[in-house]
Amino acid sequence: MEKREYHIIAETGIHARPATLLVQTASKFNSDITLEYNGKSVNLKSIMGVMSLGVGQGADVTITVDGADEEEAIQAIEETMKKEGMAE
Amino acid sequence: MTERVSGIAASDGIAVAKAYLLIEPDLSFKKETISDTNAEKERFTTAIEKAIGELQAIRAKAAESLGEEAQVFDAHIMVLSDPEMIGTIENAIENDKKNAETALQEATDMFIGMFESMEDNPYMQERAADIRDVRKRVLSHLLGVKLPDPASIDEEVIIVAKDLTPSDTAQLNKQYVKAFVTDIGGRTSHSAIMARSLEIPAIVGTNSITEKVAEGDLLIVDGMEGTVLIHPEETDISAYEKKAQAFASQKEEWQRLINEKTVTKDGVHVELAANIGTPKDLEGALGNGAEAIGLYRTEFLYMDSAELPTEEEQYNAYKEVLEGMEGKPVVVRTMDIGGDKELPYLELPEEMNPFLGYRAIRVSLDKDEIFRTQLRALLRASVHGPLRIMFPMIATLQEFREAKAVFEEEKEKLTGEGVKVADDIQVGIMIEIPAAAVLADQFAKEVDFFSIGTNDLIQYTMAADRMNERVSYLYQPYNPSILRLIKFVIDSAHKEGKWAGMCGEMAGDQTAVPILLGMGLDEFSMSATSILKTRSLLSELTTDDMKELAEKAVTECQTAEEVVGLVERSLNKTT
Repeated sequence: MEKREYHIIAETGIHARPATLLVQTASKFNSDITLEYNGKSVNLKSIMGVMSLGVGQGADVTITVDGADEEEAIQAIEETMKKEGMAE
Repeated sequence: MTERVSGIAASDGIAVAKAYLLIEPDLSFKKETISDTNAEKERFTTAIEKAIGELQAIRAKAAESLGEEAQVFDAHIMVLSDPEMIGTIENAIENDKKNAETALQEATDMFIGMFESMEDNPYMQERAADIRDVRKRVLSHLLGVKLPDPASIDEEVIIVAKDLTPSDTAQLNKQYVKAFVTDIGGRTSHSAIMARSLEIPAIVGTNSITEKVAEGDLLIVDGMEGTVLIHPEETDISAYEKKAQAFASQKEEWQRLINEKTVTKDGVHVELAANIGTPKDLEGALGNGAEAIGLYRTEFLYMDSAELPTEEEQYNAYKEVLEGMEGKPVVVRTMDIGGDKELPYLELPEEMNPFLGYRAIRVSLDKDEIFRTQLRALLRASVHGPLRIMFPMIATLQEFREAKAVFEEEKEKLTGEGVKVADDIQVGIMIEIPAAAVLADQFAKEVDFFSIGTNDLIQYTMAADRMNERVSYLYQPYNPSILRLIKFVIDSAHKEGKWAGMCGEMAGDQTAVPILLGMGLDEFSMSATSILKTRSLLSELTTDDMKELAEKAVTECQTAEEVVGLVERSLNKTT
């Protein structure tokens, strides 16, 4: 199981385009992937789940990946986060 | 049997093509308890797959015609593939034995409710709309009902609808749309304005076209007469084809006037300008020989976007228009939101009388930040061409002074920051509220120009909603009461050495033009497609004769009909 924490710096938080890209990335992998914020955890492959969290700028979130391709998955997710300027 | 339906002729031209019905289908269903849950899940999965397939096809087509806007369909596909939502629905079928329609409705309602409750987040509200759209599509497959799909039209059609909204027309592939026919609306409704900018015929306010026409019926649309022929005979088709040719050759005749100046028979020059909504409309304006832009409706910048347009986005649009006009003047109207133009992300309160409510300059002066952003973008763009700014819906001098003060403040700030700003920007107002028209002599001392917005001026003067067909007879541009107001506005401007223009439909109306010329109107701004026709008309008129005509119209005529009769007699004499 891979678990990483991120501090969200993007002005829009995880909304709109960043959320879409994150879900698209997560959906490429077989592992179970969750996004946790404010004590609530959702499936990172679900756009509606992710958006329902309402992650804004300055939020601290945890992403957990569990499964056979967890290493590649967490790497890809981290890349997307950085490329889109969501987290440092 | 050929059937004739008539309505309001809203845009010139003739079209012969099959009908395409753009109507909301019936998607009602019954709540049921099912026994074979596997079969029901299967039915649901099939519907989802079909919906996704359909969206992919639409997306591929839309990418060609819409470009970036096609991304909305990606969002729809993503919603349909969402494991949480699918899971919720499948659970409801499996465990609660609900039929697929009910399970879909309930699950989507839950998400829609969740997103809509995030009131401070316009983006989420929009996602709620996405879910609604997607639900409609899946339901249509579950129920076996066909959804209209304007983005995928790939043959020549005539669009038949109750009414067309901006979002409907945004999805249309304009290449194949030959005409519009609608149940409701008038010459100034969105569908009419859109048709004129696309240069296709349109008939609005037919009341019943959607009941009389079936998908695929052959139609003839005559946008000059305002008639639609359903199932025309061969003889009708050939007669109208002749008429279409005659119209085309007349258009060619007018076409020769493209690079000519607008001058009357006795050599007086007036300015013929075009009304535009987006920089894309410049092509039509210049292609029809516009000598200026008399009305740039900036609200499309706000309406075509999911959030407030940034200063940079606005600057780029204004710059594009100013540069595109190559030194010809451009009148930009500041945001005219409210009334019939809503902005979902601004969350304007719902009102009993939106046309008498919180709109245009009233919003701008209240939501100061939005207004300042727009003015800054305009000020920065002013170095790219002669810019004229006008404020809409001004009722009192106080409003004008406040708006002008904000303009001066932003100008000072920018120059303080070292940004170049033109120093010959004219600042004027729309005259569309009778209060401002009646006090025009006082306004004229402080503004640089007037532009008379007749669509609203008429509806406010007559106290008749221009969208309401029951009172459409009161839309009377030629009524002497309206003409007197207009004359007073023009005279007041001239007394102070200012100019007066008109940017309502009336400015391109062939019956009104002679009177307006006689009143001394300096600038006529209209749909681009009316410019050449008007230039041709003006070249046959003499200002002295028209002065006499205008004088008679305001002093002797008692009714609109008398004015029309007067103009007709006068024109027959001259031509």
